[in-house]
Amino acid sequence: MSFRKSTAILASVVGGTLVVIVLFLTLYAWPAIRLNGIRFLGQNSWNLGSLYGNPITVRGQQILPGAHYGILFLIVGTLLSTAIALAIAVPVGVGAAMFLAEGVPSPLRPWMSFFVELLAAIPSVVYGLWGYVVVIPFLGHHLFPAMVRWLGFIPFLGGPAGSGYGLLTAGLVLTLMIVPLVTTTLRDALVSPQASSLREAAMALGASRFETLRAVLLPSVRRVLIGGSILATGRALGETMAVLMVSGNALNYLPGNIYTPISTMASFIVSQLDSALEDPTGMAVRSLAEVALVLCLISVVVNSFARFLLYYDASRA
Amino acid sequence: MGIPAAGFTVPTARRRSTRLRRRVGDYLGWGATALAFVLLGGAMVSILVTVFVRGSSAITWSVITQVTQGVGGGLLNAIEGTLVLAVGGIVLAVPVGLAAGIYLAEFDEGMLAPTIRFLADVLVGVPSIVIGYFGYVTMVVGLGWNFSVAAGSVALAIIALPYICRTAEMAMRQVPRSMREAAYALGAKDHTVIMRICLPTALPGILTGVLLALAIAVGETAPLLYTAGWSNYMWNGHLTNSPIGYLTYAIWAFVTEPFATAHALAYAAAFFVTLFVLLISVVSRVVLDRNAGWRRRR
Repeated sequence: MSFRKSTAILASVVGGTLVVIVLFLTLYAWPAIRLNGIRFLGQNSWNLGSLYGNPITVRGQQILPGAHYGILFLIVGTLLSTAIALAIAVPVGVGAAMFLAEGVPSPLRPWMSFFVELLAAIPSVVYGLWGYVVVIPFLGHHLFPAMVRWLGFIPFLGGPAGSGYGLLTAGLVLTLMIVPLVTTTLRDALVSPQASSLREAAMALGASRFETLRAVLLPSVRRVLIGGSILATGRALGETMAVLMVSGNALNYLPGNIYTPISTMASFIVSQLDSALEDPTGMAVRSLAEVALVLCLISVVVNSFARFLLYYDASRA
Repeated sequence: MGIPAAGFTVPTARRRSTRLRRRVGDYLGWGATALAFVLLGGAMVSILVTVFVRGSSAITWSVITQVTQGVGGGLLNAIEGTLVLAVGGIVLAVPVGLAAGIYLAEFDEGMLAPTIRFLADVLVGVPSIVIGYFGYVTMVVGLGWNFSVAAGSVALAIIALPYICRTAEMAMRQVPRSMREAAYALGAKDHTVIMRICLPTALPGILTGVLLALAIAVGETAPLLYTAGWSNYMWNGHLTNSPIGYLTYAIWAFVTEPFATAHALAYAAAFFVTLFVLLISVVSRVVLDRNAGWRRRR
């Protein structure tokens, strides 16, 4: 076999892995998909049923009496925590990228950029530890009560301030985890050769450095910004350990305000597998596989979209 | 603003106010961007202080010489397990990832290479818990391996694979075309040119990718929870049917226990994991920087 063919086969393993993951999750979750139908996504009830009852047959599947699977609260928790993270990470990430690209003396630039990039290197579970011992006490005792007091008139910011575990905490920790994706992709684009010719043109017309950056360079890299933000969205949707440790792991209810405990699809898989294994019919484990499948498909769609945008930008340049 | 051309009108009040407005806008703008940077840098400092201050005070001799007993003891089993799983994952991922990177860089024509590159990039974005659950379904349950080193290593290998593949591709692409042409002109075949000429030249970049993948493997938790399990004992050498401990599990499981000894173990584990990951990041950055400098001088 030629060298070329053998590398092609091994390369197909890399590409095939993704297909195999989706395929096997679908196969394993198939009985659950048959049982739960489309209501799986629209109902607010994750109930294993009576663990001591005799299994009954519903729609051709053996389940425990009273078992019902609906993950609307997970979808809402995942989307809301990601939305909060994105709403903070994009402006902060853009600001930091602008500062690192233009506001820093050039000998310091690589090291200051590296410091922000290190945020991406910190493992998820270390974020969880930091959130658990530093962020939650601070937010729960100081910031959230103050926010309720001063900003309580705004919808979703009022009401009980909770204990510090919840939607906003998860969103804030996620922000730090995804912000390097926004900052590094954008900073690289801002110091690229195409950007420097635009910069020279704008400065020659009399614009100041900040005006050049804001009015000329930033609009020119907006496609990179969108691509980077979507990649960041993908990462926030699937973050597991940090969210698990700071979100409060709510079950079967929707958040009433921004301080309410939530669960995300990723953190729910970790927190529920032990109890799902108690189900002798195996339907709970298969329904969790369906959660994993839904999460996988969402992240595939989001990441494909981001990659198309970034490829398009690279091929245009 | 620039110097007004000679012979033009003196600045009017309106022009002066425009100039003031622009200057104030500049200062506010720079202030906002600096604030964004300070927020991120401050969070980074807070994380490092938390981990290293609490971690260093939690590290004692027994932490690195004893195995875990309940919520106390040491972390020797977890340190060993993390090394076994991470090295296992990398050993599985490197041959495949490297070959795939070579294929993408050297034989980039037709539809296969772009498709694989796209799938690899999307695979990077698949949440690690999904890969963990896939491992649970296929290996732990399907193949009957139970919680084991084999299942954990394969899960980590799947996570490392796209990183190694894409960094290897980048490194191979940076080998100058002239070197390839010279080798082909001497009558060398594909595999000689690639394995004997391109690969040694691209080696620093490839190693950087492998190091980064190792850092990711050491820091992962979610894909291991339901593939490697957890064990209070040292690894017994079996690849299947015996769970194994690892440091990231200790961080997650012990910090939520209400005991001081458990907290100390969690901080010590976080110290080791973070230190290792940061060291690898700094080393790979230095290697990359030297390469970049070499390329710039060309």
